[in-house]
Amino acid sequence: MKALTFSLLAQPDERLDLSCLTPAALAGLADVQIAKLRIGTSRNPALVGDVFRITGKDVNNIVFEGGSSRFDKLGAGLSAGAVRVMGDVGNQAGRRLSGGTLYVDGSAGTHAGSGMINGRLEIKGNAGDYLGGSLAGETSGMEGGLLIVRGKAADYAGDRLRRGTIAILKGCGNYAGYRMIAGTLVITGRTGAMTGYLMKRGSLLLDRPPENLSPTFMPCGEPDIAFSHLFDRFLMDEKIIDKPLLGPKPGKYGGDTAVSGKGEVLFRQRYR
Amino acid sequence: MQQLSRNGVLIDDTFAEAFGMRATAIIITAPTLKWARQAAITMTGYATSVIGCGCEAAIDVDLPASKTPDGRPGCRVMIFAMGTDDLQKQLKSRLGQCVLTSPGSACFAGLEGTAPLDLGNSLRYFGDGWQISKKFGGKHYWRVPVMDGEFLCEATTGLTKLAVGGGNLLFLAADNAKALNAAEYAVAAIEKVAGAIMPFPGGIVRSGSKVGGKYKGMMASTNDAFAPTLRGVVDSALTPGVNAVLEIVIDGETSDAVAAAMRAGLKAAIDLGPAKGALRISAGNYGGKLGKFHYHLKDLLP
Repeated sequence: MKALTFSLLAQPDERLDLSCLTPAALAGLADVQIAKLRIGTSRNPALVGDVFRITGKDVNNIVFEGGSSRFDKLGAGLSAGAVRVMGDVGNQAGRRLSGGTLYVDGSAGTHAGSGMINGRLEIKGNAGDYLGGSLAGETSGMEGGLLIVRGKAADYAGDRLRRGTIAILKGCGNYAGYRMIAGTLVITGRTGAMTGYLMKRGSLLLDRPPENLSPTFMPCGEPDIAFSHLFDRFLMDEKIIDKPLLGPKPGKYGGDTAVSGKGEVLFRQRYR
Repeated sequence: MQQLSRNGVLIDDTFAEAFGMRATAIIITAPTLKWARQAAITMTGYATSVIGCGCEAAIDVDLPASKTPDGRPGCRVMIFAMGTDDLQKQLKSRLGQCVLTSPGSACFAGLEGTAPLDLGNSLRYFGDGWQISKKFGGKHYWRVPVMDGEFLCEATTGLTKLAVGGGNLLFLAADNAKALNAAEYAVAAIEKVAGAIMPFPGGIVRSGSKVGGKYKGMMASTNDAFAPTLRGVVDSALTPGVNAVLEIVIDGETSDAVAAAMRAGLKAAIDLGPAKGALRISAGNYGGKLGKFHYHLKDLLP
């Protein structure tokens, strides 16, 4: 059965809320009914049929042909099945994603993977601020699953991360791992200022010694730990990276001692 | 008793009687195979029989670095007990005293069973608040800070209710050296069978037992029918010329594993022949009424 495909007719002239276009929400709906779903957010909101041409039947495999930075909440609440976007997405892509896979062939706006619970979200391009982070007023960000950004992430990546793994492969902006509660944040490439600032617990794994850490992080030597082998193997098995990230005897900082100090920054030593 | 013959070795037409047990397996790794085995040997010490030790345990197989979760050399250890609670108690105390304490060790689940048994879940408190929980790839691990770095331990392992304990072979020989030779050949062959362990010292037991005894409170006593020094004075199972008997006891993850192990042991002892090894091979049973699993030697011959 051919994937249910939404082909973009023209760039939308308003921000769209695409949270209704998930396998669970579309199950049992005919094309005509789908075309009448409201996705616009302005006073005269656009319907699905105004923005997309709909083809295919397989709701468990949804494809968006063409993307836009106005595609907000795409794949939000996704619980099973696969959603692919052949282009950019807007804010809160994969928000509260709890299962299945969401693949973005372009870049994402702010709060991608915000509050993710499980499943897999992969972004081929760059991601905006607050990757996997919490929305205003929420006490935790991502709570599980796997979130991969093949490009760069902007500021506050992994804000209030509580569980699960975030991997950013081409560096990130300031305050990565800000207020982390637990979980794992992998960053290859350069990091900005104050990485891990106010992290309570959790792991920040870097492919190089960190720059500009808060002075409240303390050096903890070069422990030879089995975890680095195990996690390197996981990253390679998931095809996130193709060579070990940490290697043997990674360097370690403990912190942030400005809060509980139970977090860690593990990094590949320069000479290994 | 009718007897068959293979390569000059007489085979009794009898069967080994075995019991259903609960079992689990773990993978222990370390920086070198020597230290992985050291942790495993320490953990499986004093675990020959459920009668006195609470469980039966041994190394199943050594694993190369490419086959372990953390890419370090290791070995798979199997532990058998009569009930789930006994198994959990033995697993927890042996893990805590023997594996956690061993230099460079890490521990992972070695079985995907029907129910979970705690591994790291029960040891994490040793971290005194500094333990780290990690969930990724569908698995849950605990990292406990220790003096040489970290003890990495998967949260749980699996339990199987399909395990079988008590498969056995008896090697009857002209003297002690030949009985030991036959048993050692059989042990070497059975060690290659996956999912089967031999919990006694070096895989071999010399004090085979019968149920009960003349003294009050004895659950088991010497198997006088197979004791060569009593051949003339008791109802002996030994024929003239037999002066030593050794036994191999086998516990398996499944009934098939026990059968495969017995088949491998039989073949090895038969191939050795009577001149260097056993004159006769038999098996122990209780008349067939106690154990659910019967392994007839004639069905397992090469």
